[in-house]
Amino acid sequence: MVITDELVTYLEALGRIKLPEESRAKAQSDLQEILQYIDTLSELDTEGIEPMSHALPLTNVMREDEVQPSIPTEDVLKNAPAQKDNYFLVPRSFE
Amino acid sequence: MNLADMTALELGAAIKKGEISAVEAAKFSLGQIDKYNSRFSCFVTVQDDVLQRAEEVQQKITSGEYTSPLAGVPMGIKDNMCQKGIQTSCGSRMLGNFKPTYSATAVEEIMKAGAVPLGKLNMDEFAMGSTSETSYFGATKNPWNVNCVPGGSSGGSAAAVAAGECFYALGSDTGGSIRQPASFCGVTGIKPTYGSVSRFGLVAYASSLDQIGPLARNAADCAAVLGEIMKQDKKDNTSVATKGVALDAVLHTDVKGMKIGIPTDFFGEGLDKEVAASIEAAAKQLESMGATVEKFDMPIVKYAIPAYYIIASAEASSNLSRYDGIKYGYRADDFEDLLDLYTKSRSEGFGMEVKRRIMLGCFVLSSGYYDAYYRKALQAKALIKGAFDKAFEKYDLILGPVAPTTALKIGENLSDPLKMYLGDIYTVMINLAGLPAASVPCGFDGKGMPVGMHLIGNYFDETKILGAAHAYQQVTDWHKRTPTELENR
Repeated sequence: MVITDELVTYLEALGRIKLPEESRAKAQSDLQEILQYIDTLSELDTEGIEPMSHALPLTNVMREDEVQPSIPTEDVLKNAPAQKDNYFLVPRSFE
Repeated sequence: MNLADMTALELGAAIKKGEISAVEAAKFSLGQIDKYNSRFSCFVTVQDDVLQRAEEVQQKITSGEYTSPLAGVPMGIKDNMCQKGIQTSCGSRMLGNFKPTYSATAVEEIMKAGAVPLGKLNMDEFAMGSTSETSYFGATKNPWNVNCVPGGSSGGSAAAVAAGECFYALGSDTGGSIRQPASFCGVTGIKPTYGSVSRFGLVAYASSLDQIGPLARNAADCAAVLGEIMKQDKKDNTSVATKGVALDAVLHTDVKGMKIGIPTDFFGEGLDKEVAASIEAAAKQLESMGATVEKFDMPIVKYAIPAYYIIASAEASSNLSRYDGIKYGYRADDFEDLLDLYTKSRSEGFGMEVKRRIMLGCFVLSSGYYDAYYRKALQAKALIKGAFDKAFEKYDLILGPVAPTTALKIGENLSDPLKMYLGDIYTVMINLAGLPAASVPCGFDGKGMPVGMHLIGNYFDETKILGAAHAYQQVTDWHKRTPTELENR
């Protein structure tokens, strides 16, 4: 697997991040090196092995549907970078 | 009474007996922080209500409300656990101004036991790193040698305990982040079984691997802390019911008759000779105490790092998508539209290692690569768990090194991420398998840096791990040594 400049741009877009111009080349070669190492996993025979998300058997935990107080709006907005009239403030996204 | 030499349980007992008050203990710890924080940078935030809390705790100890053996003991909390009203920055610019409006369950539980929190401890940004150098707030230094890293990501927690700035600390471990810094700083730390401590209020890195646990001066202290925080929690749907930790059983464990296995594959290329010698010596010590020690093969070891970095990065890329500059956290000043707001806020708010893992995670989850990477890693995880299940049919505990080396020089691995990842070889497998494991001081290298041994147990065998560690600590004094950098110790 070769990490091209286009792939770096694609991954930036997927992750909603932009690398500083001066660290792009280093990031590309680092990712290449990491991926090369990660590719050793392809040697491992996993034929017929069920993928495992959790090591311990987990079951859904149910609880009674009791009415409990919600987090107050004031608390929800406490850490918001911008707010207006009890709402999060965002730039216009529809024309 | 020399507080600097006391363990958390010893201090708790002295407070209970009225030999010293919780307020005096808190004043002592604040003094230690004054003395050392500028040198080691363990605490990112020191709380301004420490003495007030200590007074309240003292009253409740006197009135009989707080009965925990740890009541009144000053402690620290890793900066990725939410604490109501206290800055919880996760070592990141992204959360530099974040003051949670609620507390993590683990924090609430330890408060119910009468803890006196001193402040928040430094860490690698979003717990991604093995050196505590990726923190936005600057690197923590190793109290044994300030030119060395304390390990990571719970580097602030380990260094603060080693420097005597607090009597115990809460840390978190996703791929070794409690055990490796414990090893580098010569303290005892344990990552319990996945799900046994609630993750509610722990800032998520890789949710299927993250687990909170204690770092302290010895195994008995770790057992006492774990006993308070290992509780099933309705607010965490991966939380499990456990039998807890029996402190009394830990204190009376005899390793005689215990079967301990050592994977030969832990002693391959890359393992420092002095570290290997310390582990071999620890094995001999346990043998002389009546344990049976035997070597066995575990060839799956070499696939642990690739599997871990795929799974952890995948989960991180998903978990960290919540940082959008809108609900909380950092927001860039100039932006053209909503997408630009997201991208600029995230680019300015996250450091390089976090960006790297987000990109790696996006890659392994992206269409066309999912099966070859993410699915494959989950299969490797199943094989790793299987290998441990098989080993525990035969052994009570598994012994090995925590890390291939002792603490590295500051800056040594910062520019070489792959080299840093390779240092996680022994620890990440434990998170993939969801097992409990501790780091226990077992020697020093020629440069005077501590070495930790890895004691791995079967699911919910925290009592057995800490019991064996405690028995070992009754006949060794590695855990009692203190850095020469410290005055008045």
